Amino acid sequence: MNDSIIKTIGVAFAICLVCSLIVSSAAVSLRDLQKENKLNDRRIKILKVADIYKSEQPIAEQFKQLESKFIDFNTGKVFDEYQNLNIDEYDQIAVTKDPNLSIKIDASEDIAIIKNRENIGKIYLLRDNKKNIDKIILPIRGYGLWGTLYGYISLEEDFNTVSGIEFYEHKETPGLGAEVDNPKWKSSWKGKKIYQNDQVALKVIKGKVEMDDNQASYKIDGLSGATITSRGVSNMVEYWFGESGYSMLLKELDYES
Amino acid sequence: MNLKAYKDVITRPLLDENPITLQILGICSALAVTNNLTVTMVMCVAVISVISFSNLFISLIRNYIPSSIRIIVQMTIIASLVIVVDELLKAYDYETSKKLSVFVGLIITNCIVMGRAEAFAMKEKPLLSFLDGLGNGLGYSLILIGVATIRELFGAGTLFGYEILPLVSNGGWYMGNNLLLLPPSSFIIIGLFIWFIRSIKPSQIEIDDFELSDHSTSPDLSKRELNV
Repeated sequence: MNDSIIKTIGVAFAICLVCSLIVSSAAVSLRDLQKENKLNDRRIKILKVADIYKSEQPIAEQFKQLESKFIDFNTGKVFDEYQNLNIDEYDQIAVTKDPNLSIKIDASEDIAIIKNRENIGKIYLLRDNKKNIDKIILPIRGYGLWGTLYGYISLEEDFNTVSGIEFYEHKETPGLGAEVDNPKWKSSWKGKKIYQNDQVALKVIKGKVEMDDNQASYKIDGLSGATITSRGVSNMVEYWFGESGYSMLLKELDYES
Repeated sequence: MNLKAYKDVITRPLLDENPITLQILGICSALAVTNNLTVTMVMCVAVISVISFSNLFISLIRNYIPSSIRIIVQMTIIASLVIVVDELLKAYDYETSKKLSVFVGLIITNCIVMGRAEAFAMKEKPLLSFLDGLGNGLGYSLILIGVATIRELFGAGTLFGYEILPLVSNGGWYMGNNLLLLPPSSFIIIGLFIWFIRSIKPSQIEIDDFELSDHSTSPDLSKRELNV
């Protein structure tokens, strides 16, 4: 009885209908919550790298302390508005797929292996009571061992001293490369200097930094067992603070203040 | 149907008929999601709810499912439940869902879910099927939590993310075992569990399909097959 063609098609149709209704209503009703989670997750990382995150306060509220700005990588200029882009929704990773909004990096310069760099980036500023820039938060990314690491680095008001670093997405090996998330290692970045004589000098070295090394403030302990991830992070810093990254912007800001 | 039958379907899959250690099903996710107890717990809850409800729904409509399309009907129901669970996780526990990534979606391919639907829910009444799903989910969780406890404690020195054994890299004294943080270590731990359970419950030991012949350095040429 159950196996007649009409019944088979009928049951299949009914099951599909009921299941699709359930799936789509779950997807639609939870979409807003999921979107917010995703946004908050990113915001927490930004707040953490600025060292102002407080877990008990609402994230959107805390995030208002920061100013979002567009930057033009070709000129190093900062904008509050750029054409008709909405700064809260602008996704600089997504635009790298659009050849009109990004440039292909020449292989010889692409040390961090990011392939395409957006023309317009998004940065965050934290100001002190006198409205002077206290910290600047810059997104960075680059290839590690298994995939691209995405993160943020923050600098103090001299635009040279590192204040913090956070990664929000990576595929590195747990226990080895994934130690980029180790709080102790991340805190070792604090106080390190990026530029020496206008050149990017900060590097993740192999092994430990010697205490009496006079270059110690330009060196970060390597992650043991994760040479390639460490090198990836080094290259990332070198690329993003180089000519085609933020160096023009930082000089511009330095000049202003 | 008496109360004992209900109790039986929940307790038997815990040790006597454990889906992982006796039937060797659902190994894939046991490898992937057991390096952190919090993540494992969430995965267990997800699997338990998917098995229980897929058993319940399949059992409810078991008399209407044409046998020619029964597998695809079961799959559709299981897949829908998994998607709903995945969406709920993304909405209410984003941190963990990020760590579980594709493995929530892969519950669809977990053989335990399909196995219980086909072997139990297609024949039995809804409530009993629901409890059978619950029992099997708990049996699966029991092994996963065991594996995750060992892996997280000795691999990362933490339990639920709280430091138990301070790692050398964080200024403590414990040198973490990095093998335990990698998926292959679960194979070894599950193997040890199976060995342990089978040595206290010899009835679970399977009879060999064939006997290995003795190894000899001078082959018996009279038995050699000639390819001419």
